[in-house]
Amino acid sequence: MRPIDVIEGKVSVLDRADVDTDQIIPKQFLKRVERTGFGEFLFYDWVRSGELELEPNSILVAGRNFGSGSSREHAVWAVQDFGFEAVVAPSFADIFYVNCTKNGLLPVILPEDSCREIAMAGEARIDVDDQTVTSAGGVVEFELDEEVKHRLLHGLDDIGITLQDEGAITAFEAAGGADRGPVTTVL
Amino acid sequence: MPKTMFDKIWDAHEVGDGLIYIDLHLVHEVTSPQAFDGLRLEGRSVRRPDKTIATADHNVPTDGTPAARMIADELSRIQVETLERNCAEFGIPIYSLGSDRQGIVHVIGPELGVTQPGLTIVCGDSHTSTHGAFGALAVGIGTSEVEHVLATQCLVQRRPKTMRINYSGELAPGVTAKDLILATIGHLGVSGMVGHAVEYAGDTIRRLSMENRMTICNMTIEGGGRAGMIAPDETTFEWMSGRPGAPDDFDAAVAAWRELPSDEGAEFDTDVEIDAAAISPMVTWGTNPGMVAQVTEAIPDPSGWGEGPADREAAERALAYMALQPGTPITDIPLDRVFIGSCTNSRIQDLREAATMVDGRRVAGSVRAMVVPGSQQVKAQAEQEGLDDVFRSAGFEWRTAGCSMCLGMNPDILDEGERCASTSNRNFEGRQGRGGRTHLVSPRMAAAAAVEGSFVDIRSWA
Repeated sequence: MRPIDVIEGKVSVLDRADVDTDQIIPKQFLKRVERTGFGEFLFYDWVRSGELELEPNSILVAGRNFGSGSSREHAVWAVQDFGFEAVVAPSFADIFYVNCTKNGLLPVILPEDSCREIAMAGEARIDVDDQTVTSAGGVVEFELDEEVKHRLLHGLDDIGITLQDEGAITAFEAAGGADRGPVTTVL
Repeated sequence: MPKTMFDKIWDAHEVGDGLIYIDLHLVHEVTSPQAFDGLRLEGRSVRRPDKTIATADHNVPTDGTPAARMIADELSRIQVETLERNCAEFGIPIYSLGSDRQGIVHVIGPELGVTQPGLTIVCGDSHTSTHGAFGALAVGIGTSEVEHVLATQCLVQRRPKTMRINYSGELAPGVTAKDLILATIGHLGVSGMVGHAVEYAGDTIRRLSMENRMTICNMTIEGGGRAGMIAPDETTFEWMSGRPGAPDDFDAAVAAWRELPSDEGAEFDTDVEIDAAAISPMVTWGTNPGMVAQVTEAIPDPSGWGEGPADREAAERALAYMALQPGTPITDIPLDRVFIGSCTNSRIQDLREAATMVDGRRVAGSVRAMVVPGSQQVKAQAEQEGLDDVFRSAGFEWRTAGCSMCLGMNPDILDEGERCASTSNRNFEGRQGRGGRTHLVSPRMAAAAAVEGSFVDIRSWA
């Protein structure tokens, strides 16, 4: 994953609440076995019907509960592959938020008023380290988990970090912590 | 200090701060190929193939195609064959197309008895919450997390908040678990449970079968919840007994499972009370599961729906997409299709209940109706009971197991503009096919709607 510290540029706006991942990337595009090439299918049905036009800017400002529904990470890959580096919204669905942070797509949660100001301003600068968004509307701070921030700033591989602690996993297993549950290989 | 069931399971699995050990990892063809590729790129192996199990469900045709290599759609075939190859390479047991244990991942886990109380369970699918019906902590994850669990058998998780939804009272005749959860999501909204592990409790829940409990936990994600859970009890233990994956020392396991329910006095971050006796059969009218009404109601006026302009606009857009007018009685909505299936409602009890509604009747001439059993084992059981004959004689198509028209990745889709009564979990735009219009209902309601060609209040339907 590429390190991110500052994201700066024009803003695209999708002023709708509860946008689900079926809209972000419809199911017919989930049959690919690669991680790349999903950008051209972003919001496929809405774009094709002409009800939505989106510029591939750096920042997408969206409505509350963005990314609800299916856990498909393809939704994050599509947003990112289209060109967005950050999504600013009043709230996100849990799985989508986590999927963003695993791919270096920055999810920024801000109050509705701030989202509106950034949308109106048309461009913004997001500083990951400072946890601020600066636009013509002013400077606002956003929350970001320390661990997540560290990984985003350094572009670190989650699995690599966990495996640094492999001793703890092995110890947990050795102490009987892994004895619960079925043995799937002998069913 | 008294602990919630969630706390007990979380605490027993914490390897380190925010690092949770996973007891069972369910894998399917759509969200796993990129994860296996990631492992290969880094030269990593699967840490615990003995805690991992795979099946093919999202993509598979339901026309009886007997093996992956015979799937007509090339991309679907490649995806299922890729899963088979990945499982062979990494030593993961798989029940693919052609296996008598194949089926929807959230149906076969409980069916095999690998879904057990007290476990942490993950799957690259948002409806993993289903498994919480057994008193497990089950969460849906993305592909990066699938790769992480394959490599480390652990999941990085922030501890969610806890919510308890307490239901009291008897469900009225004809009202089902599906109506209960649809009414709950209507009440709390589609983001009402975000950030929470939700425990469904109360006397109403205690009386429900395992199938019904799975229906409720399944739709937790439609309220935005991280996990849905129901405390294990005699109903749970009875289900577990004799399953292939059940623990060898079953009595010892039951004794441990009895310790799982939330302690008296345990505190939840949020408490919700719902009067189950007041719930009616429910029908969604919009494009998310929170846009739902009682069957006796009319399509709402967007100007008075929800809270504020965002909700009003969403409702207006939803009605335009659904081609519905405010004030139209729900029972006046004509239907083109009926789908009985999905990880929400495709288990044997669901099929039995639907069958009682259509026995000796005929599907309306204007309707195409299909039943897609959740697994090959459900299908076999239903056929042994003669349910397939009941459905076929009534004019339903009787299919083989898979996710099918719940998400339309296989050939089972709605045509543009078609309107469907569906027992699945999502009525999103285009979910069942581009331009298709979905109304979520219970299996009984769907079956009756197939016969009438429109929705009926099954409480007064004779």
